[in-house]
Amino acid sequence: MNIAVCVKQIPDPATPYELDDANHWVIRPEDQVLDDTDRSGVEIALQLAEATDGTVTLYSMGPSGSLQGVRQALAMGADEAVIVEDEGLKGSDALTTARILAAAIQQKGFDLVVAGTESTDGYTGVMPQMMSEFLDVPCLSFARKVDAGDGQVTIERQTSTGYDVVAAPIPALVTVTAGIEPRYPTFKGIMQAKSKPVTTMTAADLGVSQDATQVIRSVEPVPAREAGEIVEDDGEAYQKIVALLEDRKVI
Amino acid sequence: MGIWVFAEEISGAPSPGSLELVSKARDFGDVSVFYVGAGSDEAWAALGDHGATAVSHLDTGSTLPSGPAAAALAELVGDASVVLFGMGNTDRDVAGRLAAKLGKPVVANVLDLSVDGAVSVKSEILGGTKAVTTEITTDGPAIVVTRPKAFTASPSGGTAPAVTTVASPDSGRAGAAAITEQHSEDSDGPSLEAADVVVSGGRGLGGAEKFEMMDELAALLGGAVGGTRAVVDAGWVPYSYQVGQTGKTVKPSVYIACGVSGAMQHLVGMKGSNTIIAINKDPEAPIFSVSDLGIVGDLHEVVPQLIEALKARA
Ligand SMILES: Cc1cc2nc3c(=O)[nH]c(=O)nc-3n(C[C@H](O)[C@H](O)[C@H](O)COP(=O)(O)OP(=O)(O)OC[C@H]3O[C@@H](n4cnc5c(N)ncnc54)[C@H](O)[C@@H]3O)c2cc1C
Repeated sequence: MNIAVCVKQIPDPATPYELDDANHWVIRPEDQVLDDTDRSGVEIALQLAEATDGTVTLYSMGPSGSLQGVRQALAMGADEAVIVEDEGLKGSDALTTARILAAAIQQKGFDLVVAGTESTDGYTGVMPQMMSEFLDVPCLSFARKVDAGDGQVTIERQTSTGYDVVAAPIPALVTVTAGIEPRYPTFKGIMQAKSKPVTTMTAADLGVSQDATQVIRSVEPVPAREAGEIVEDDGEAYQKIVALLEDRKVI
Repeated sequence: MGIWVFAEEISGAPSPGSLELVSKARDFGDVSVFYVGAGSDEAWAALGDHGATAVSHLDTGSTLPSGPAAAALAELVGDASVVLFGMGNTDRDVAGRLAAKLGKPVVANVLDLSVDGAVSVKSEILGGTKAVTTEITTDGPAIVVTRPKAFTASPSGGTAPAVTTVASPDSGRAGAAAITEQHSEDSDGPSLEAADVVVSGGRGLGGAEKFEMMDELAALLGGAVGGTRAVVDAGWVPYSYQVGQTGKTVKPSVYIACGVSGAMQHLVGMKGSNTIIAINKDPEAPIFSVSDLGIVGDLHEVVPQLIEALKARA
């Protein structure tokens, strides 16, 4: 099975994010990391590829920088990566991102596309669904478990009350939650990742252009909630909780 | 013109989020609802009571709704100013597909909107640390995905809306996904979203069996139990317990976080609570920055003591 996995390089979430003053875009350093949400997608793709003697190709849009994040996914075991990088794509919204990634994936063809449910830095949370429309495939979303074989993909889809089992013929697109435990790259994997093929493309190569559809009027800090009393437990701290519950009239 | 609200049927009724959206949409004129599910007179009455004047009803049966629902909506909303969605999984699926069909952008994580000629929205980014005001500059419907509880569901006393049955469109390969089994993991007690007290457990609990302690505490307070994504991913509790950006948003009177670090994706779902109490052994845990009362200590000592004290009062 030929599997395409969408991955995103993001600024290390442990560092505070800065926005540039002119456009309010997230400032992206040279060294970006693989979005944690994508690790589960890479893991699922690797498992399915191993079971079917298939291939795993990574697709990513954004400034490649040092490629650190993409190499992290290659080190897990993906075969190759395609990056779409273009000055003109800076500040793209989910719709443009979906057009670009769908066009890149279409060029090589696919049986299954795997994506996370949303990125950690932008979290619009609808990009994979848009991509599925551009690729004209069903979108099996919010999967906490994925099985594929015999031309069919089956998932357990999270719902607000439990989960549904959903099945569709291949080709299809799947979005995965973090319920799937990703593997750690091995030392060998890290070494091999350095020489795996990474192809770079521009929007023009794909015949896609960005259309400005929204204007940011202002960005303001949200007032932080004020921290209250912090106490070290001395064996009696539970009484403070009881007193507060009384005060708030819940007991 | 006009405004549309997407409503998914959950447990036989319009999703709670859809009633919040219908209530808000009244501010901007006549509200049409696109309803996906089996449908019932009670559902139409609830929608009408919150201000819907018309309902287009699509029953997708055992087909995953996103393909057919997006195809049908695309035919209906051509000259609408706004199509409102919640953050539910099906809401997001339909919003994304619809946007791609129409070639329109989606604005997400929206907390407020105004429709005054132009459509302008306020949303939170970067884990809710910054608020952005965005104006949508395309013609045709603005597709807006709102955060749960951004608006309050308030009955207007409206009468039953006019209901039109929508024929299932041929959505081709997009509609080729079938639901073959449904599993409900409902819990007892009040629902997490409606509960006045939420007791929430994180990885600091140390194991699935420790959620019994959370159940006991919640029962004593007449509350519901929630959890972080870490404990859901670990399989300790079902996804229906998850509070946060990719789970439920709660605004109870009191939120008690036990062994929860307070990652920004968790805070987004609970920082609107009236009073926040946290128990964590790490004095640097970010949860303390939003807590009204923070106990730096071992939850395995503090929680049992709290339970005993509450039992003694009962
Ligand atoms: C795109 C995306 C979406 C996400 N969505 C969500 C979401 O919806 N909801 C969500 O919750 N998370 C979400 N997350 C995950 C989030 O980033 C955190 O990883 C998660 O919230 C951490 O859960 P935790 O607090 O249980 O675990 P940890 O971060 O591991 O924290 C455990 C805490 O327990 C404390 N502890 C340990 N032992 C004890 C003890 N004996 N007594 C007291 N305290 C103790 C520790 O000090 C620590 O602070 C999301 C992440 C991403 C990338």
